Amino acid sequence: MAIRYLLGHELRSVESASPTETVLDHLRGVQHRPGTKEGCAEGDCGACTVVIGDLHNGAMRYRAVNSCIQFVGTLHGKQLIAVEDLADDDLHPVQQAMVAAHGSQCGFCTPGIVMSLFAQYRNSAGFDAQETADALAGNLCRCTGYGPIVTAAEMALKDRVPDQFDARAQETIAQLRAISEGGADDPGYFAPRNSNELASLYQAHPAATLVAGGTDVGLWVTKQHRKLDPVISLAEIADLQTIRETDTDIVIGAGVTYAQLLPVIAPLWPDFAEILRRLGSAQIRNVATIGGNIANGSPIGDGPPCLIALGARIVLRQGDARREIALQDFFLGYGKQDRRAGEFVETILLPKPKAGWVFRAYKISKRFDQDISALLGAFHLRIDGGKVADIQIAFGGMAAIPKRALAVENALRGQPWNAAQIEIAAKLFMEDYQPIGDMRASAAYRGKVAANLLKKCFIELSDPVTETRVAFAGRRTHG
Amino acid sequence: MASGKAKIAGHVGEAKPHDSAVKHVTGTARYVDDLPEPARTLQLYAYPAQRAHARVTRLDLTRVRTAPGVACVLTAADIPGVNDISPIHAHDDPLLCAGEVMFWGQPLFCVAAETAAQARAAAALAEVTYEDLPAILTIEDALAAKSFVLDDQRLRKGDTATAIAAAPHRLSGRFRHGGQDHFYLEGQVSLAIPTEDGDVHIYCSTQHPTEVQMNVAQVLGRAANAVTVEVRRMGGGFGGKESQATQWAALAALVAVKTGRPAKFRLDRDDDMIMTGKRHDFIIDWQVGFDDTGRIRGADFVHAARAGFSADLSGAIADRAMFHADNAYYLDHAHILSHRCKTHTVSNTAFRGFGGPQGMLGIEEVIDAIARHLEMDPLDVRKVNFYGKGARNVTPYHMVVEDSIISELVTELEASSDYRARRREISKLNAANAYVKRGLALTPVKFGISFTTSFLNQAGALIHIYNDGSIHLNHGGTEMGQGLFQKVAQVVAEELQVDLDRIKISATHTGKVPNTSATAASSGSDMNGKAAQAAAATLKDRLVEFAAHHFQVARSDVAFLPNRIRAGDQEISFDALVKLAYLDRVQLSATGFYKTPKIHYDRNTSTGRPFYYFAYGAAVSEVAVDTLTGEYRVTRVDILHDVGRSLNPAVDLGQVEGGFIQGMGWLTTEELWWDDRGRLKTHAPSTYKIPTMSDRPPDFRVKLQDFAENIEDSIHRSKAVGEPPLMLAISVFRALSDAIASIADHRHLPALDAPATPERVLASIDALRARIS
Repeated sequence: MAIRYLLGHELRSVESASPTETVLDHLRGVQHRPGTKEGCAEGDCGACTVVIGDLHNGAMRYRAVNSCIQFVGTLHGKQLIAVEDLADDDLHPVQQAMVAAHGSQCGFCTPGIVMSLFAQYRNSAGFDAQETADALAGNLCRCTGYGPIVTAAEMALKDRVPDQFDARAQETIAQLRAISEGGADDPGYFAPRNSNELASLYQAHPAATLVAGGTDVGLWVTKQHRKLDPVISLAEIADLQTIRETDTDIVIGAGVTYAQLLPVIAPLWPDFAEILRRLGSAQIRNVATIGGNIANGSPIGDGPPCLIALGARIVLRQGDARREIALQDFFLGYGKQDRRAGEFVETILLPKPKAGWVFRAYKISKRFDQDISALLGAFHLRIDGGKVADIQIAFGGMAAIPKRALAVENALRGQPWNAAQIEIAAKLFMEDYQPIGDMRASAAYRGKVAANLLKKCFIELSDPVTETRVAFAGRRTHG
Repeated sequence: MASGKAKIAGHVGEAKPHDSAVKHVTGTARYVDDLPEPARTLQLYAYPAQRAHARVTRLDLTRVRTAPGVACVLTAADIPGVNDISPIHAHDDPLLCAGEVMFWGQPLFCVAAETAAQARAAAALAEVTYEDLPAILTIEDALAAKSFVLDDQRLRKGDTATAIAAAPHRLSGRFRHGGQDHFYLEGQVSLAIPTEDGDVHIYCSTQHPTEVQMNVAQVLGRAANAVTVEVRRMGGGFGGKESQATQWAALAALVAVKTGRPAKFRLDRDDDMIMTGKRHDFIIDWQVGFDDTGRIRGADFVHAARAGFSADLSGAIADRAMFHADNAYYLDHAHILSHRCKTHTVSNTAFRGFGGPQGMLGIEEVIDAIARHLEMDPLDVRKVNFYGKGARNVTPYHMVVEDSIISELVTELEASSDYRARRREISKLNAANAYVKRGLALTPVKFGISFTTSFLNQAGALIHIYNDGSIHLNHGGTEMGQGLFQKVAQVVAEELQVDLDRIKISATHTGKVPNTSATAASSGSDMNGKAAQAAAATLKDRLVEFAAHHFQVARSDVAFLPNRIRAGDQEISFDALVKLAYLDRVQLSATGFYKTPKIHYDRNTSTGRPFYYFAYGAAVSEVAVDTLTGEYRVTRVDILHDVGRSLNPAVDLGQVEGGFIQGMGWLTTEELWWDDRGRLKTHAPSTYKIPTMSDRPPDFRVKLQDFAENIEDSIHRSKAVGEPPLMLAISVFRALSDAIASIADHRHLPALDAPATPERVLASIDALRARIS
């Protein structure tokens, strides 16, 4: 495989690598850069955080990612910045602040913390405590209790001064342009540039593993020790990474990351945005795609229940053939989806908000940030004249697939929107779902909370001033 | 400067950054896995047993041995010395399973290959047949089967049964709490390099280099002087790298000696969490008798601690839980019985607090029970039971508490946190809010400082002054992030009156300072600080002697000023004096030694003075609970903590804040979950949830008390700080209980076990609602 990228400001050319070698192993093993650490090898602790710079609309864009689950092929044409690259003659402002604020104790998470702060330094206008908490939710620290790190973020971000990456921006852009030709393609690793290439490649290699952000597939390698051959990377397919609107729908390319999607969703459905804010971490959302979250068929993905409740449809493509199905029909059973050999999720059609409809969603997990849901309930409904004109409810974590609560919906549709009817309907979750008990929650808790979430939805819509939530970082702009 | 006196840079009491702060932020601080690997280094993997309790009837490793890249396969039969790594030499902790599998994940054999992936792939080719044996997986099962790793222990003071029976009020209950994974960010790792004569040099991430050395020697069948252990730093320890580091060091050493090649064992996160011990979970049964004011007449506790399959450090840990069953409260009559339960799960081990947090949780539950029964504010029940001065000051182990500042501390915190006004405000909010309920709690900490195994309270140091005036510092303590190296360096700088940057901090090394105790029990600065101070004092004394002679003045006319020495009316720089002393053949290297005074303990009578002194603290936590889901937020925390006179306030505040958040994780989101076959299913951060940045209370006010120094002659009158702050987080748990209790007008104690996951909180709410309806 021929991969060319910048390590800091220096060109690196990798002639041969396993397609599933991780960026972390490459950094530590091949480039002898031990500053970046492995803490979990599953993208959950952030010790391995690096920053990837790429050309985006003619300017440099910097994003934090978990190097432990990124494959080395994704580096082609990009700038990889690791902790050793930040200081020039002086420490970088985020490094200075971390020292001054006593932000490190054992120091093992520190390189990752520094890189997440650096990414925030590149992307933020100033200090905001919530933004910092979101930027660092994917960086676990076991020593400090985080206070000094928040202080460091404030010190570094409040009076931001240009750093060496600003000074060298034009030079970096030129360097990246010079190496962007070609690609990482080899018989085990394909990186098509558009969806047509992907369609024909996948038809020719229907056994290939499609990798978008790699935040799930990466773990097949690091945790299940699987060998994937070949791999088709979707990371460079620009036409799958667009969001556009039609009269009726928001049309989202399957390769759109959650980081891209969040600002589009936020003004429309604040609860959906709040869930996306809590989905994974900044490092995950920077690469994880909406298409991947659907196509992997997980029963506990956070996107699908919200999308199903909102009536989303998807376009599946096989070669030049396309078909459109309701998202809820894509999920057939545990690990089983309505997807044919060589067929891939191309776009998601999300109906635009309609007058009179309201949306509420609740993610329940042991920890608020960066935790996989025990269950997630999404409620989309229209009340008219005190009655439920229409309603769509979908849950994750309650069944082997993300699934509608049809019995509950039927008990509410056309009925009065009042506490008595809610009580009746809430009992029917046990008809819709037979949840399992596992390390995230017992079956009983899942069942009980599903019913309580319907009640919560009712309370919030009928009595908006009553306090019902202990945590909501988003901004609610309507209903 | 307040004193008007010039000071050295990095004096005692100065808030210097961590010694490695710049290296941390630039990625240049090297951990064991970051060291350049010597040529031909082998990578190791241990095969985990796939049963909780079974006999291995067949172990065929033929295909493992011939797999690509494999250089060496080790089984129990390949151990030349003793197949035991028990820290107390109990012979119940095999390096490799010798036939009877004792927990799911126990290493059966070890593979060394060119790469870690090859070692893992090869191990998967093993053919293993098991004969299942009945497995004891819970504390309840162990109690029923009378399955224990060690004998019961008891503390007795007065006549508890009579006192409880005669009390105006009596209550009893059962409380259980979970364990905790250390989740140090750097997993267990050792790199063993074969040297001459079959000896081995081990770079190890451990809090206890001497124990690793001794146990590796025992495994190898060699004397201790064949093994050298070196530790520059750990990426976190928290107790998890005390006894738990040995196994991987010993396997690496064994491979290195057998193959003549360097050998590295680095556990990945999942293997680390499955194969290494954790904080002990407990069931605590309690009975209490008390009067109308809430004052306790007698208290009885039965602790059942899950030791796991072997004793490890469980004896001392369960002892410490007993020693902290009183927390800061005087118990006129007390009886504490402790069971050390044997289960077919991983052997539990040291974790910050070492049983103390578990013991304290019990009595804090009791205090709340009393408060609910009497419909008093729990703070008032706490205050009426605090240890007194001169009277009401004898512990259940018959030690006199001479240094209690808990009343003063709580009085100050109660005022500074605005506790009473907030209590009223919360009552109003709770009355007005049907779904979100708030809770508030103030809890104290009194934590005993010293190893309760008295002989461990010793430490050594070694200091060289080179003839250019630069200084090399070494001692037996290890650096795991707690700032020990910097604190000890500040002590030496102060003693010699030289700037801190002259002192080179060096890796802990069994060849420099021998027979060290673990860096544990919060004792690191106390003991190594004193030992290093003693070494520095010896050197200073020699320099004074030399200067007096050289400048022809009396010893009393020689003074150490910042970076210089005054002899009579002459001054000379430290460097110049050192050079002159060298030329005059003054020995510029010295050792120092310290043993903690005053302590003693008689295990037969369960009486004595196990602790040199106590460290105190208190915290007020406020929470908001969603009664529909059980979710909650900690919204504000106020802490006032006692470190005596701080050696380094920045480091100490870091310990207080970090310890609090770690304790909060233990009691809230961190849940260890085993399935019914004894498999740990929470073995990675995707399933085991330590606090993130947003879990930190948005309003967090932390202060070190400034009215009292250590009354004992500790190092510069400071106090130990590593463990005590963890227990401040009990206030979060009690605040959650308080919020839940609000739905029944605080008349009943909610049934709430730890960790208080949203699921447990909701179950507690529902149970309380059912009780009052």
